[in-house]
Amino acid sequence: MPNQERVIFEYSTPGRGASDQWPADPGEEALADLPPRLRRATPPGLPEVGELEVVRHFTRLSQLNFSIDTHFYPLGSCTMKYNPKACNQYAMLPQFLARHPLAPESCGQGFLECMYELQEMLKEVTGMRGVALSPMAGAHGEFAGVAMIRAYHQARGDAVRNEIIVPEAAHGTNPATATMCGCVVREIPVDSEGDVDLEALKAVVGPNTAGIMLTNPSTLGVFERRIGEVARIVHDAGGLLYYDGANLNAILGKVRPGDMGFDVIHMNLHKTFSTPHGGGGPGAGAVGVGERLLPFMPIPVVGREGGTYRWLEEADLPHSIGRLSAFMGNAGVLLRAYIYMRLLGRDGMRRVGEYATLNANYMLKKLTEAGFDAAYPRRRASHEFILTLKRQARDLNVTAMDFAKRLLDYGFHAPTTYFPLLVPECLLIEPTETESKDTLDAFVTAMSQILKEASEEPGRVSGAPHTMPVRRLDDVRAARQLDLTWKPTAQP
Amino acid sequence: MAFIPHTEADVAAMLGAIGARAIEELFDEIPKDLRAKSLAGVPEALNEMQVGRLMSERARRDGVQLNFIGAGAYEHHIPAAVWAITTRGEFYSAYTPYQAEASQGTLQLIYEFQTMIAGLTGMEVANASMYDGASACAEASLMAVRANRGSQSARILVPGTLHPHYRRVMRATAANQGLKFEELPFTPGAGITATEALAPFDGQDITALLIQQPNFFGALEDVDALTDWAHARGILVIAVVNPTSLALLKPPGQWGAAGADIAVGEGQPLGVPLCSGGPYFGFMTTRMAYVRQMPGRICGRTLDATGRPGFTLTLQAREQHIRRAKATSNICTNQGLLVTAATIYLSLMGPRGLARTAAASHARTRELVAALTGLPGVRLAFQGPCFHEAALLLDRPVAPVLRALSARGILGGLDLAPYYPQLGPALLVCATETKTREDIAQYRAALGEAMQSARAA
Repeated sequence: MPNQERVIFEYSTPGRGASDQWPADPGEEALADLPPRLRRATPPGLPEVGELEVVRHFTRLSQLNFSIDTHFYPLGSCTMKYNPKACNQYAMLPQFLARHPLAPESCGQGFLECMYELQEMLKEVTGMRGVALSPMAGAHGEFAGVAMIRAYHQARGDAVRNEIIVPEAAHGTNPATATMCGCVVREIPVDSEGDVDLEALKAVVGPNTAGIMLTNPSTLGVFERRIGEVARIVHDAGGLLYYDGANLNAILGKVRPGDMGFDVIHMNLHKTFSTPHGGGGPGAGAVGVGERLLPFMPIPVVGREGGTYRWLEEADLPHSIGRLSAFMGNAGVLLRAYIYMRLLGRDGMRRVGEYATLNANYMLKKLTEAGFDAAYPRRRASHEFILTLKRQARDLNVTAMDFAKRLLDYGFHAPTTYFPLLVPECLLIEPTETESKDTLDAFVTAMSQILKEASEEPGRVSGAPHTMPVRRLDDVRAARQLDLTWKPTAQP
Repeated sequence: MAFIPHTEADVAAMLGAIGARAIEELFDEIPKDLRAKSLAGVPEALNEMQVGRLMSERARRDGVQLNFIGAGAYEHHIPAAVWAITTRGEFYSAYTPYQAEASQGTLQLIYEFQTMIAGLTGMEVANASMYDGASACAEASLMAVRANRGSQSARILVPGTLHPHYRRVMRATAANQGLKFEELPFTPGAGITATEALAPFDGQDITALLIQQPNFFGALEDVDALTDWAHARGILVIAVVNPTSLALLKPPGQWGAAGADIAVGEGQPLGVPLCSGGPYFGFMTTRMAYVRQMPGRICGRTLDATGRPGFTLTLQAREQHIRRAKATSNICTNQGLLVTAATIYLSLMGPRGLARTAAASHARTRELVAALTGLPGVRLAFQGPCFHEAALLLDRPVAPVLRALSARGILGGLDLAPYYPQLGPALLVCATETKTREDIAQYRAALGEAMQSARAA
């Protein structure tokens, strides 16, 4: 990888600029109507650089990144699969890019037809009765889902229900979402095989139960086998079931959340439906609902009347939890997901779940043969699995984080580390279906090699990475001596 | 196409290693009765050539009309370099920079973005972005409740001149946490929030006051007076600003005697295409004193093990993956790719390019307003200064006029009747630097005809 790149402000030279990109100066008289007291006194602190400098700077910055296009990226729970180039190209057709969000529906029938069909396809693969597309990320979809659960209970005059049950291994967004919706979180344990502790669940449900949030397969990389029983217990207590779609890739085409008894789900289109992660977004967190929650979906939703498509707004859905984005959410991301689903079709959907699961189980087998410990050795892997490096940490004094950092030197992005929190020294590994056997084998070889290094020259591992643009970073210093914006004189 | 590279030999070898006869066996922990039967509602696969045809046909059906709508999403020129670089796989297909050493490109870019946004707004710190301008407003309100320790009420004053969709998003997002939004009336004829409208709240426990500049009508609020009124009463000020305008207008950090406390806004004007409403990004800034109350990702510069500077996500103790139920927000991602586009855009524009863009947009809007109000039955809704957007009053219902304009290939603006019925027939129009004199003349001619046929009807 290239070395470091200067901060863009360090290239700045007064008087320079990409002036060919600027409009003609209309002159100061064009601004004569703006009162001086509302005007800016000094120009904003932006860099003054030429176009080629800008292009080189940001191209070089891009080269400091690992990405799916350049490296195997087995980040557990994130589904870093190939983002097909066609999805990007056809979502960026000029007419789609130019369409104003408040343009009339008559100027967007082609776009709206895509959105309507996306809703229909998502309903089919999840087994839900309605889909709304506007939440802009997984956590945003979670918010919509729990808000709908609250609205449902309130509409029935049962507003006392404000407790959301969450397994201890859940994503941090689950309890954080419950809080944002004004709910109280009740955590329950999982048993030694990774299934929800049913006795604990029975003990915690009651007249205050609003619902339960579950990921299935769970964050432990195993399928919740007693999901039918969980659903019965929660429903009998008057609560609803929320499906966190983070791991939908594992069961795409094989099992549908609606058939498992879930009342509401969110889907991470940036995971299962292969829209880009973009260095941390934009995502898209479409929500699906069963019959009971149909009236509460967030607006806008796309409706069809005859052969014409239109937005359904407050007047159509008077009980909606409301509007969650200024317009309709991440339309461009939704278009990419639509194109991906059309490319895969019915059979492709099924193969996703199958090959994601095949790849994970193969890697799990090969890694355990290489001397690593599975966190749940008696279970099948879903689309991902957990290794625990507790033994290596104890015997070799080399941690899961050390392994993660050393993997970077071998040209692999690290798996998710230290999540879920309840498995010590864990690596959560998700290969996805788009990786070849050769890549998986190479990763296993690297892990074996690092294990060997850990016993022979542990410093190679604990001091990693050695080949990245920077060595391990001082996070404590970052938080204590905050340097969040560039200043002309300050050097760290 | 499912982008699965396995050969039959691969599958056989892999199943052999696992000790399974078929892939189906790997699903044997799933209860049989739960297995999906068919996906009849999903069509058969198309290949890339077929998908290309389908999408091109749908895009063609939508077409592109000459656009004079603003209302929170603005059509500006986007240099080709912006998306050519943004869609490079190294940015496009990377994820949240959890492994900082392998994500220095994304992290440094966020740091540069934070610096540019802080510079534009005149604020001390910025985060790595929120979902959009509306959700940033909602999060800013929640943040103000945490930051204003002197207030117990969680009451937020919201001008009626704030974007109506933003007000709805704030209600949907924050009402479950007990926030109460009090709507302030605007002065008829002026379209701005007078300090007199605040008088009823004098002496009450209020947590924060939002001020949008320019406001939804494009009108310029008296930000200094409003800010000072709030601060004199222990009320935090949340600024909602258009980033393009900040090249010319007083930044929130300098409003009144002490500056705004939180400044947020919609980042779309900075190199992001209109694209039916998203993906866009919201930006959020504040004082250093409140940085620990801010939601979202924050990137900081630090040193590596050998003393060289490097970048990492910081202050993560605020976030959901650490604090869980006690986090500042459930937000997990930012809008990274749009931040990438905006950072490249701002680098190409620089202070002078952005100022020219703002000035040219304002000049075009003034020309547009002058041209349209020269027609009988069209006049300005509000006196007083505005910025690159204006509300017009028509002497007949707006909707049929807009339909007639669209039939001529022109998006004539936003009909304000559903949002502000008290104004009567009103139309919000906007022209940016992308519009020429010929475009404006074409609009004027078409409006003249449309008004006549509307009258005839």
